[in-house]
Amino acid sequence: MSIQVWTWILVGITFTLYIGIAIRSRAGSTKEFYVAGGGVSPLANGLATAADWMSAASFISMAGLISFNGYDGSVYLMGWTGGYVLLALLLAPYLRKFGKFTVPDFIGDRYYSNVARSVAVFCALLVSFTYVAGQMRGVGLVFSRFLEVDINTGVIIGMIIVLFYAVLGGMKGITYTQVAQYCVLIFAFMVPAIFISIQMTGNPIPQLGFGGADENGVYLLDKLDGLHRELGFAEYTSGSKTTLDVFLITAALMFGTAGLPHVIVRFFTVKKVSDARKSAGWALLLIAILYTTAPAISLFSRTNLIETVSNEKYEKLPEWFSNWEKTGLIKFDDKNKDGRVQYVADVSKNELIVDKDIMVLANPEIAGLPNWVIALVAAGALAAALSTAAGLLLVISASVSHDFIKKMVNPNITEKGELVAARLSAVVAVCVAGYFGIHPPDFVAATVALAFGLAAASFFPAIILGIFDKRMNKEGAILGMVVGILVMLFYMMKFKFDWFGGGSKEDWWFGISPEGFGTIAMTINFIISIIISRFTPSPPNDVQEIVENIRIPSGAGKATH
Amino acid sequence: MESENRKKYWKKNLKYLAILLSIWFLVSFGFGILLVDELNSIRFAGFKLGFWFAQQGAIYVFVILIFVYIRLMNKLDKKFGYNN
Repeated sequence: MSIQVWTWILVGITFTLYIGIAIRSRAGSTKEFYVAGGGVSPLANGLATAADWMSAASFISMAGLISFNGYDGSVYLMGWTGGYVLLALLLAPYLRKFGKFTVPDFIGDRYYSNVARSVAVFCALLVSFTYVAGQMRGVGLVFSRFLEVDINTGVIIGMIIVLFYAVLGGMKGITYTQVAQYCVLIFAFMVPAIFISIQMTGNPIPQLGFGGADENGVYLLDKLDGLHRELGFAEYTSGSKTTLDVFLITAALMFGTAGLPHVIVRFFTVKKVSDARKSAGWALLLIAILYTTAPAISLFSRTNLIETVSNEKYEKLPEWFSNWEKTGLIKFDDKNKDGRVQYVADVSKNELIVDKDIMVLANPEIAGLPNWVIALVAAGALAAALSTAAGLLLVISASVSHDFIKKMVNPNITEKGELVAARLSAVVAVCVAGYFGIHPPDFVAATVALAFGLAAASFFPAIILGIFDKRMNKEGAILGMVVGILVMLFYMMKFKFDWFGGGSKEDWWFGISPEGFGTIAMTINFIISIIISRFTPSPPNDVQEIVENIRIPSGAGKATH
Repeated sequence: MESENRKKYWKKNLKYLAILLSIWFLVSFGFGILLVDELNSIRFAGFKLGFWFAQQGAIYVFVILIFVYIRLMNKLDKKFGYNN
């Protein structure tokens, strides 16, 4: 059977599964809609968190990024997993004990102020929208390549599916579809990795094949370092970013991960504090399976790519090459007219441009794996994109219906009214996300990575200080968040979008990239919050009691309004 | 009495956090980034050690850290009677 038929079959089966689950788990109350009723088991929540977290970026782009950046790509591996240690140790148990529905709920109550709540709502929407547009684009990409439908049609199909189960089921529907989506995506990621690991090193475990040797007994990493030297690229295992920048980007991704509202909110769905800790453990374990496999795939696919195309006659290249050329994601320009592919670091001589995003999708084809494996990867990529999109849409709809309408505009709204508002805002959010998926503004790709900087610069300090510093008051927290996010936005716009006079790499402050600047903005937030709070009145007694109370795990009631 | 207990519990919790987060920092920022060149002179199998920490080792340690934390806190909760 052809790849296309296999893809239709596998995508059809998985989509039917998701819709079936959604119909079985409709939400009947706001509590079910926002936090799945608060009774999800730690393992199920761990599975859902892992799927929620691993987006199109983790599944499709990350291994490709590492493939092209070598050691420098480690920032994603450590950054996107290390944040879970912070989440588990510093945030999840306390926020669960606090027992509300959303992150702005915590900020608004802990800092006894609707100004703080509004700032938090703004940050949550900013972070979530930039993130969700990227997911929709990922859905469109998979559809257009594997099912040969128009990329816009692909986005619309994706929208309808998400709309169906997010609007109907809310958090309850999302949770159980995410459990299924984790299983699909991890299977789809591991099967080709295992195949290729056996092919290249004889070892079925990719994490070990990563350090394995080829049939001539040469270690793959050494072989690739050698190939890179020959072609003029930086050595695969050493990279080219400065140590300072690697340090700051890793930190920004870690603190950003711990500050992302759609991840934090998952810990509101379990029954008690010890369950919140446990589900963070499960989540990281399940995520680590993919994250420790990804760098092995990067190594395999990079070696395979160079060995297949380098100095090869153009007409002798395998079929996958022309398939991807059609999508415009591989470009070949025979500069010296010798009919061969020169793939080298020197830009003036290099004839091949490969989009980083296609490495995972093209990998099974490059390795010549059977058609059903290639189709499986497509279904897995869709699961990764859809599960994250649904989680983000829920944060957006809860921010509007709960934090904005219920808490600020109309506190007397009925339970039923709030549920309708939640569903309506989910519909609107899906449409906006779909619009950005079809007409991606230039800044989407740039901002998805920067969403972490924004989350680190705004939420992380406000939440940490809210738990660990009883003296922290609204003046300090609000000013810290506002300055943190403004500094981050300024740096991002100046060096990414050329506003405020723009600037090139040489103008970066102390050589810090915009991706790494989140760590600096976060530090500024911390310093301002602490200094201001010491010169302004202490928080009221009842707030100090809340802090005392969230530090003790017992007696966590169910999540309430 | 109860507030005494709470203070003791919180202190112990902070101590655990300090220890676990030091290890978290050491394996990622320490071994994977700041000391990566030094560690890369040590090899095992096909890996340079620093590179291995940055792309594999740190992640394994992260997972272990969370499970150690869960165990420690469950014990602590029990000792202080906060495990209901």
